[in-house]
Amino acid sequence: MTTGLLLLTTALKILFILLVTVGAFAPMLVWAERRQSAMMQDRIGPHRAGIMLPRGTAEMLGATVAPMRFGALAAGALGAVVLFVFACAWAIDDPELVPGVSVLQLVQMGVGLLVLGGIMDVGAKIHGMLAANGGNISLAGLLHPLADALKFIFKEDFIPPKADKLLHSLAPIVTLMPAIAVFAVIPFSDVLYLEHWDAVVPRNGVVDGEATAIPLQVANLNVGVLFLFAIAGTGIIGAAIGGYASDNKYSLIGGIRAASQMVSYEVALGLTIVPCIMIYDSLRLEAMATWQHDNGVWGVCVLPVTIAFVLFFTAAIAETKRIPFDLPEGESELVGGYLTEYSGMKFGMFFMSEFIEVVGLAAVAAVVFFGGWDLPFVYRDGIDLPGVWDAQLASFVMGVQYSPDTPGIDATGIALAHWGILALGVAGFLAKIVALIWFQLLTRWSLPRFRYDQMMMLCWKGLLPAALINILFTGVIVLLGEPAMKFAVWSGTIVVVGSLVFFFLPALKRDTRVAAPASPASPVAH
Amino acid sequence: MAATVKVITKPPRTLADQAYIPAIAQGLRLTMGRFFKNTFSAREDGEIVTLMYPEETEAYPERFRGIHRLTQRADGSPRCVACLCCSTACPAQCIHIEAGEYGEGDPRHGYERYPVTFVIDELRCIFCGYCVEACPCDAIRMDTGAHMPPSTSRDHFLYDKETLLSLPGRDGSYLTANPRHEPGDASHPAWTASAATDTCPPSGGVFDFY
Repeated sequence: MTTGLLLLTTALKILFILLVTVGAFAPMLVWAERRQSAMMQDRIGPHRAGIMLPRGTAEMLGATVAPMRFGALAAGALGAVVLFVFACAWAIDDPELVPGVSVLQLVQMGVGLLVLGGIMDVGAKIHGMLAANGGNISLAGLLHPLADALKFIFKEDFIPPKADKLLHSLAPIVTLMPAIAVFAVIPFSDVLYLEHWDAVVPRNGVVDGEATAIPLQVANLNVGVLFLFAIAGTGIIGAAIGGYASDNKYSLIGGIRAASQMVSYEVALGLTIVPCIMIYDSLRLEAMATWQHDNGVWGVCVLPVTIAFVLFFTAAIAETKRIPFDLPEGESELVGGYLTEYSGMKFGMFFMSEFIEVVGLAAVAAVVFFGGWDLPFVYRDGIDLPGVWDAQLASFVMGVQYSPDTPGIDATGIALAHWGILALGVAGFLAKIVALIWFQLLTRWSLPRFRYDQMMMLCWKGLLPAALINILFTGVIVLLGEPAMKFAVWSGTIVVVGSLVFFFLPALKRDTRVAAPASPASPVAH
Repeated sequence: MAATVKVITKPPRTLADQAYIPAIAQGLRLTMGRFFKNTFSAREDGEIVTLMYPEETEAYPERFRGIHRLTQRADGSPRCVACLCCSTACPAQCIHIEAGEYGEGDPRHGYERYPVTFVIDELRCIFCGYCVEACPCDAIRMDTGAHMPPSTSRDHFLYDKETLLSLPGRDGSYLTANPRHEPGDASHPAWTASAATDTCPPSGGVFDFY
């Protein structure tokens, strides 16, 4: 690879990372955090900030709603009919059921009509949202982060008169930089072979000739996980000097708390991830994702890693100083902790670094425990569903010759070009990040704050011994070899599926309320 | 008599309590259930309690003490006789009344007085309702069911006689629920139907501020 190409691709990758984290995820998180908390508490949350439209716009658009609804309904019904015709054609195995129209065209028409109906329906819904907000564009409250950012930028930047001005100004930067730097070692998709970008790459990922392999990761470090912890550990300094430099006793206590909490959990965090390193046999994050892809199992479904996930997630939430562990800020005890004397964009930088840490934690957990860019049934050469029926479907629709003996993607799946697979990988990775962020926000809004000694006890007497025992357990499994690994995968899968069922089944059920008992007669007559 | 002490044994902490995990899972499940239910059901059939405030308002309870109004007689004159009972009873001293005599020849001349000015400083008022209790003529009431509209100047909260007379009660009436046999009332022998009115006086209302 030439130096120019290396620089160009690295710059593009950094730009992508910044766009996704600072540009998209951080503001979205500000919104999602308020919104999700509101939804949990039977409120609506941010929804009033809006862009004012000229008077009468909503009424003018109101005339288009009825046709749009009708169009959506008609397109949907037509699409359903077309798909039904296709199903009939497939059932009686007659590609010529509709003369002059191939079955592929039938599927395309049906899906296209359904999508068109969906778009028209969304149009009608958007009008409903407009009208509900007095004709203003509110985007379900998404403009609130924008208003927040404007506020941060234009607010007075106040520095206490006797504060250490240099350190006071340095602290937010020292906090923000490591939060972003963590993303340097996170792979967001498989390796890109530049010359083969529109060809189908073989399933084992080995391409012929001198292909330029570009890892979709800013820095392909061989000490990936260690770099991660080293950088994350740097974040302590920002909070500590921010608290020290503010010339405020609450800030100082907050800073000290932040330092001791983060140093403690740094130890637990490092030890909880050791089982993953032992199972994947690598410190590289992209090697971890590749291991999970090649073995067809996400790390979280391997028993020691399942345990490690719970421990790691707990320690990592403590490391980001968020709610069950937000003692450094603890507004009910310390006013605002080390943030007390910060305002304007400096506070905004602390704020943003906290949200970027949340995204970073989700990204690390997605790579180490949830396969990173790996998606089920997606391989390097295409989508390959298991079973024979889909192969028949594929051959029926695509006209591909199907024979049960034919191995490979042509018979049992849909081949996809290299760029398509990579894009799918990026999308899957982002979806996993979103899901993990959602889970973090869920815990943030559900759990009350720990007491300081409880938090320290959890770290040194809870997480640390548990992590050590888990390392021992992993060692036994690795030493016992293949059968033990099989056991680990099976039991881990059972644990994961069981907890998912435990979690989601009752949640989706409508809760039945018991009527409140009739209140006793009031002793006070009125 | 010696105090009896009821000893309640502390419930033992089981391993499940110590491990936090089951309790945390339970809590997360509860909040997640609420989240999904409220997110995926329309606002109407979900359990969302948010009120779109300026567009929607919650109905105040029946006995809510809203801003004051001065009731009118059937001929539109204020029922108030400027006895100063309300301003005397007012703990916040927010009512200012200047009494005046009806003119010579008026049927009420020598019978009763009337308020030349009647000003309530609504910012000073504590809405205790003592003025309503003190009034012997049912001339001041707090049954408008409305709170003060916000404004940009303190002057706008000094409600004068015309403003107070222009506010209807919850039932839309400017009269009182307790008519008396006094000049100006329908039950008084000197009453003439031509003077009857139950409409807002022509003076500027409180909602003209904005």
